[in-house]
Amino acid sequence: MAENIIELIDLTKKYGSFTAVDQLNLTIRKGEIFGLLGPNGAGKSTTILMMLGLTEPTSGMASVCGIDPTTKPIEVKRIVGYLPEDVGFYSNRSGYENLMFTAMLNGLSRWEAVTKIDQLLELVGLTEVAGKKTGKYSRGMLQRLGLADVLIKNPEVIILDEPTLGIDPTGVKEFIELIVTLSRAEGLTVIFSSHDLHHVQQVCDRVGLFVNGRLLAEGDIPTLSRKLFTKSQFVIEVGISKEVADSQHDSEESDSSGWLMDLLKEIEGIIDVEVKNGIFQIACSRDATSEIAKAMVEAGEKLIYLNKKEYGLDDIYYRYFEGGESHE
Amino acid sequence: MIFTIAILKEVKVMNNTDKKPAGFLMDRLTNTFSFFKSMTPKSEKDGMNNDVKVLHPFSVILNKEISDHVRSWRFVLLVLIIALTCFASLFTALSNIGKAVKPGDPEGAFFFLKLFTLTDGTLPPFMVFISFLGPLLGISLGFDAVNSEQNNRTLSRILAQPIYRDYVLNAKFLAALIVISVMFFALVFLVMGIGLIAIGIPPTVEEFFRILCFIILSILYVAFWLNLSVLFSVRFRQPATSALSGIAVWLFFTIFYGMIVNLAIKPYTPSAMSTDRYIYVFESFRLGLLRVMPNQLFTEATTTLLMPAVRSLGPLTMEQVYGTIPGPLPLSQSLLMVWPQVTGLIAATVLCFALSYVSFMRREIRSR
Repeated sequence: MAENIIELIDLTKKYGSFTAVDQLNLTIRKGEIFGLLGPNGAGKSTTILMMLGLTEPTSGMASVCGIDPTTKPIEVKRIVGYLPEDVGFYSNRSGYENLMFTAMLNGLSRWEAVTKIDQLLELVGLTEVAGKKTGKYSRGMLQRLGLADVLIKNPEVIILDEPTLGIDPTGVKEFIELIVTLSRAEGLTVIFSSHDLHHVQQVCDRVGLFVNGRLLAEGDIPTLSRKLFTKSQFVIEVGISKEVADSQHDSEESDSSGWLMDLLKEIEGIIDVEVKNGIFQIACSRDATSEIAKAMVEAGEKLIYLNKKEYGLDDIYYRYFEGGESHE
Repeated sequence: MIFTIAILKEVKVMNNTDKKPAGFLMDRLTNTFSFFKSMTPKSEKDGMNNDVKVLHPFSVILNKEISDHVRSWRFVLLVLIIALTCFASLFTALSNIGKAVKPGDPEGAFFFLKLFTLTDGTLPPFMVFISFLGPLLGISLGFDAVNSEQNNRTLSRILAQPIYRDYVLNAKFLAALIVISVMFFALVFLVMGIGLIAIGIPPTVEEFFRILCFIILSILYVAFWLNLSVLFSVRFRQPATSALSGIAVWLFFTIFYGMIVNLAIKPYTPSAMSTDRYIYVFESFRLGLLRVMPNQLFTEATTTLLMPAVRSLGPLTMEQVYGTIPGPLPLSQSLLMVWPQVTGLIAATVLCFALSYVSFMRREIRSR
């Protein structure tokens, strides 16, 4: 598990005066699923191209399975499968023929390829349409054919650039599940770039956040949220019945949070209380949900809503991009 | 050939020690050679049949490109157009061939070649048709070679496979060239066969070789236009732009270039009073300018090859002509005469190929 399969050291790519990727340091371990996250133009695709040797880095170096892709692109391409963003196939050939072409480019004999292709078509669920021209395939079918195309060379690493783009939600779910199953079953290292946060969150062991060619943060999602929201890790949302609140407190008071702060001050770890749209947001450094609920009920408040908010990738993402400038 | 490879490998080893780029180039070269080596029957010994044999990636791409050409409607239409015009010109040649043979004609011995050169003025002869339609064939087979792959987003997928990048470009060029060669050989031999049946006189050995040279020359000529359009297809993202650029160059050379040259040198046209020397220099200069055109080179070369009586392509002074006995040149002399033209054509082809090679190899391949 600890074996590093991809190492990027001070990788930099400049287009004229524009820096697409800036001093990138990243290690990816064998067998993990790594998500590259970031807005468009953040340098995700450029990083992928450099890992494959499809473009030369301006400075720094990359190493994939111990091979430098800049000087030995062929060896790297032999073990790395790459599914480009918005993949295309020869539209006047059938899916089967397209796969056969890739198989033979990878040095498989026709006989080996036939078994392999049948296997993969079965896996991605395209066996019935294998004889159809790819020009008539839907977007999701093309993407699944793309996955088969990537897997035909028995790769150790697969790199997927925006694989979920333009597929409907159920299609995305199936596709993602397929990738995860494969990765777990065969110990494949999977890297995929996306700006679809939910899917990344579901799937990835670790993520890297890219903004303006820089890797702002990397790690698994709990680590990232701990890093970001150091003070208030937990937020508990509380709602109380309006009439009851009005009868107990003055009208000015019911909108402010002072009384609640007083009420909760005995509980350990409460940091702050804010009111947002009639819902109280209680920030605390530990999980104090049950104590808060108990205290409120004992105080005679009519509790109608209680929610423990967890920081997902959305919050992490927005927090970073809001504060994109302030983090520099 | 094995010997060449050995030398190349030596050079490679030597180069690796001092300079990297040269070694890199040699790597490429030896790689291409290793492909040709793998085409030799060695592989048949190993594999029982076709299915078990592992094909070299280059021949995989080549196979695919050739079958793409042959299956495409574009190629079928082009073959139809060219075949039709060829048979039309063959028909005019055949209907006039009876009048063509005059007693004492120096080309009387080359009766069969007249099939390709003879006309009654209504339709141009076979060789003129080729010089006219050849560029069209070359441009239309090459204008979307690289950019269509990029627009279909297949290029980045193919280049992510373990192949050298130049395989794609080389295979595209070679595939089109093979298709054109097969087509020309088939067409010309068909015309010869029909002519043989119609006139009943077989070609002499020399005539046969002259026709063979003519075919090779035509293929070379089409290869130039093919490379030019491949160059445009690397440069321009839109296939329409690259096709139009190819056609523009073709029209410029066939129609405008000659006009411009004539216009430009008109003030210096020798008068009746000019010295012989002046006229000679002027004519040489005018021809030199015209020979920038690939079609001029092709026309001169084919004329010499198919009309053995042509003895010179440049201006001749009276002293040179005086006392010569009209008679056909032997093939070797004709070939010697057109050698500069052939070299020029090859050079132009290689130049276009080199340019497209350089710009393709240094390109960053994005999926879109």
